[in-house]
Amino acid sequence: MSIRKLTCINCPLGCLLEVTLEEGRVTGVEGNTCPRGKRYAEDEVTCPKRVVTSTLPAGSARVSVKTVPAIPKERIFDVMDVIHGASVTPPVRIGDVIIKNIAGTGSDLVATSEAE
Amino acid sequence: MRELVIIGGGAAGLAAAISAYDAGIRDIVIIERASRLGGILNQCIHNGFGLHTFREELTGPEYAARFVKEAEKRGIEALTGTTVIDLKPHEVTCVSPSGVSVVQAKAIILAMGCRERPRGALNIPGFRPAGIFSAGTAQRLMNIDGYMVGRRVVILGSGDIGLIMARRLTLEGAKVLAVAEIMTYSGGLRRNIVQCLDDYGIPLLLSHTVTDIGGKARVESVTVAAVDEKRRPIAGTEIKYECDTLLLSVGLLPENELSAKAGLELSPFTGGPVVDDSLSASDGIFACGNVLHVHDLVDYVSEEAAAAGRSAAEYIRGERDGSGYAEVTALHGVRYTVPQRIRLGRKDVRVRFRVTDCFRSASVVVRCGGREIMRIKRPVMSPGEMEGIILRNTVDGPISVEVEE
Repeated sequence: MSIRKLTCINCPLGCLLEVTLEEGRVTGVEGNTCPRGKRYAEDEVTCPKRVVTSTLPAGSARVSVKTVPAIPKERIFDVMDVIHGASVTPPVRIGDVIIKNIAGTGSDLVATSEAE
Repeated sequence: MRELVIIGGGAAGLAAAISAYDAGIRDIVIIERASRLGGILNQCIHNGFGLHTFREELTGPEYAARFVKEAEKRGIEALTGTTVIDLKPHEVTCVSPSGVSVVQAKAIILAMGCRERPRGALNIPGFRPAGIFSAGTAQRLMNIDGYMVGRRVVILGSGDIGLIMARRLTLEGAKVLAVAEIMTYSGGLRRNIVQCLDDYGIPLLLSHTVTDIGGKARVESVTVAAVDEKRRPIAGTEIKYECDTLLLSVGLLPENELSAKAGLELSPFTGGPVVDDSLSASDGIFACGNVLHVHDLVDYVSEEAAAAGRSAAEYIRGERDGSGYAEVTALHGVRYTVPQRIRLGRKDVRVRFRVTDCFRSASVVVRCGGREIMRIKRPVMSPGEMEGIILRNTVDGPISVEVEE
């Protein structure tokens, strides 16, 4: 059995969560004030995910991009490596998929700004 | 004579324009000094915007684009590349590549946003080498212009932009050595501390400040020391970081040069105009967003700006009522309130405020004419997170807001 301490990020309360793990499985969450805290704790200790955002050259300008959906936290720098070698030809519209299944994460890299 | 002129085409200006239009005003012009609408949102490429407004997590450019689209759908005119250089009641002077022009307006909404506090305001000793940036400037250089600002970085101040930039720099291959914060708590949102610092193992040094900057042509080192309870550096606690860049994320200041020119009363606590419950700063001038007081969430900017747009519409139609004001006083634990006065006889008035310190299980107590009209328990309040309440009672006397521990 192990205990992991987390700060819940769902709201300004910032509850200090204590998650009990047994053989990699969550057996208890304490310190949360609402169900969102419990869900956050479970996801965060078993499979933490993050949206990665960055920018890419698009002709003479740049477009901003994000991963949809969020990717596993430990893959952040793999995704960044792909982004660093990438560029896109305008026009680009918000929501355009720039790279499908980026770094094999199953998530797409999607444009969040436009370029003409 | 235009009906409504809005100064600033960022989050506040756009939301104000849309809501004024929806309240029946058709003759609206937004004046924006940048070449495109959206304001600072355009450089905030991280996600987390719009949780309250759209129930989803958008990036800054996406949030801005939704409002730009709504404004375009309504045919609202926007003059980009145009800077307002003078402001009087009912008159705006602006300059653009086509020259200087004067616009008369029935009502004006101030939505100019804010600026970053610069190094000059901090009294940091040391030389003035290249490599010292305010966090927002670094954000613009990286996200809009595509420049890398440094490789080894120290950040002073744990405001949200500094935290966001710590992660941004790390993702782009820089090493962020530390974030130093002079206060005993961070001014940033908790999710940013977790996702921008903790995720990457970047230390947050509370009660620390920068005491020296080394290097003549370019930053070569930054020295950080612990501070005592009076925020004076403690000798012997210095840590010297070899680095090439120092970012400053030490606060935002509402940009009110124009407001001062128009003779508006500015609050020493918010740095913005003193307003009433309709967000009116004087006859025909309204203010909203970061020019009024610095917000931590854009959703609240949009909400406040929409209220300013509705108020301006009422004013233009001559429907403004009320005679006499009740002052709103910030007492123990409350740094400021917005609005600072309320028209007598109003009810359902939204009051936003910030607390002076971190409070746990304290109550917000509101009195009207000395009589308690509201008491709300709050498990946690911190100066970094804006608070809001709605006064349901009819306001018929001076209001006070305080924190009871």
